[in-house]
Amino acid sequence: MINKTVKNAMEAVADIPGNCMLMMGGFGLSGIPENCIQALLAKNISGLTIVSNNAGVDDFGIGLLLKKRMVKKMISSYVGENAEFERQLLSGELEVDLIPQGTLAERVRAGGAGIPAFFTPAGVGTEVAEGKEIREFEGKLYLMERWLRADFSIVKAWKGDTSGNLIFKGTARNFNPMMAAAGKICIAEVEELVQPGELDPNQIHTPGIYVQRIFQGENYEKRIEQRTVTQ
Amino acid sequence: MLTKEQIAKRIAKEVKNGQYINLGIGIPTLVANYIPKDLDVVLQSENGLLGIGPFPTADKVDPDLINAGKQTITMVPGSALFNSAESFAMIRGGHVHLTILGAMEVSENGDIANWKIPGKMVKGMGGAMDLVASAKNIIVAMQHCSKDGQSKLLPECSLPITGIRCVKKIVSDLAVLEVSPEGGFILKERAPGVSVEEIQAKTGGKLIIEGEIPEMTFE
Repeated sequence: MINKTVKNAMEAVADIPGNCMLMMGGFGLSGIPENCIQALLAKNISGLTIVSNNAGVDDFGIGLLLKKRMVKKMISSYVGENAEFERQLLSGELEVDLIPQGTLAERVRAGGAGIPAFFTPAGVGTEVAEGKEIREFEGKLYLMERWLRADFSIVKAWKGDTSGNLIFKGTARNFNPMMAAAGKICIAEVEELVQPGELDPNQIHTPGIYVQRIFQGENYEKRIEQRTVTQ
Repeated sequence: MLTKEQIAKRIAKEVKNGQYINLGIGIPTLVANYIPKDLDVVLQSENGLLGIGPFPTADKVDPDLINAGKQTITMVPGSALFNSAESFAMIRGGHVHLTILGAMEVSENGDIANWKIPGKMVKGMGGAMDLVASAKNIIVAMQHCSKDGQSKLLPECSLPITGIRCVKKIVSDLAVLEVSPEGGFILKERAPGVSVEEIQAKTGGKLIIEGEIPEMTFE
């Protein structure tokens, strides 16, 4: 098996330049690559375009990269609850491309799967449709949407092996598997890194072919946005 | 006038055995509390779960298990987890039977606006545009009027649209209404103590009144 192990997050992100296109897995703060975000913060780069369903919160996740003014553009479906994000957007420092969540997921999937465009009904008749080709199939209207690909994709998994096979946990899977495939270079950080053969091949969510670098992360905070409990 | 809980309770009566259902954030989330226990239904969370259970007890909170509103949740026995592309494949593919969501405005031809107020902060549409474009049946939970008394049931939406000609039924704090395929809100039920005249006065779009309009019940 090909060994894709790198030492840590710093080594994994060492060659990520400014002004490049990055994908980052996660939904809200669940399943985000915490270690790589910290490592990016330590780098002196800016002008990043980040594809991520959300933009973190003020003091965690992608919010940290925004605060340090490393991000030029966000491509997301929902960016609420982030005051610094709002400030940068209103002052014109930050560009935002808002995309319906299913369209975002499918554009990333298409990017990894080599499908340059597809048709979806989401957004027909709305401002999302402006400037896009519309076609009728079986009596219903659909928009053409294009694939999304990135220079680097950064994903977070529960378990992985040194050849890059990944298993996710709970709803922390979300956008991670499609992003793994859509990055020219995919960096995977995992909570537990094991040797080939230790993961059941029947249970692999993301086959190692999509992953170029992998390391075992540390000190996961896994912050909760809405802690909701029953008594 | 109905409380939010009563709106949720009335919508729960629309749920049928065997349905897969997506509940939006806000009042729609409350519907889960009122679905009759003898019905077998499965709740979908668009971040990748079929089988949403109740909120966890404090010792069972898992940061890797949240709903689309980022609240901590549990899974019922027989749940399935999947990625976001798969999640929207089941939505777009028409496999989800019922979508219940909130709205800022609905037009008399079934257009819905619920994602953006120009000039104010834009948070994004999340999964709403995908859901309304594909769900077989869409029920909207909403307030009939804005806080300053303007009707939110209009001839045409004034806010940016989320989806066109998609809303089938509305449960507001005043009434249950269906959207006519020919255009117009068909008044089906009144909230307890609310008159047809009041509903008429507070409905901006075309209101269709056929025969005697019963008061709604919740059981």
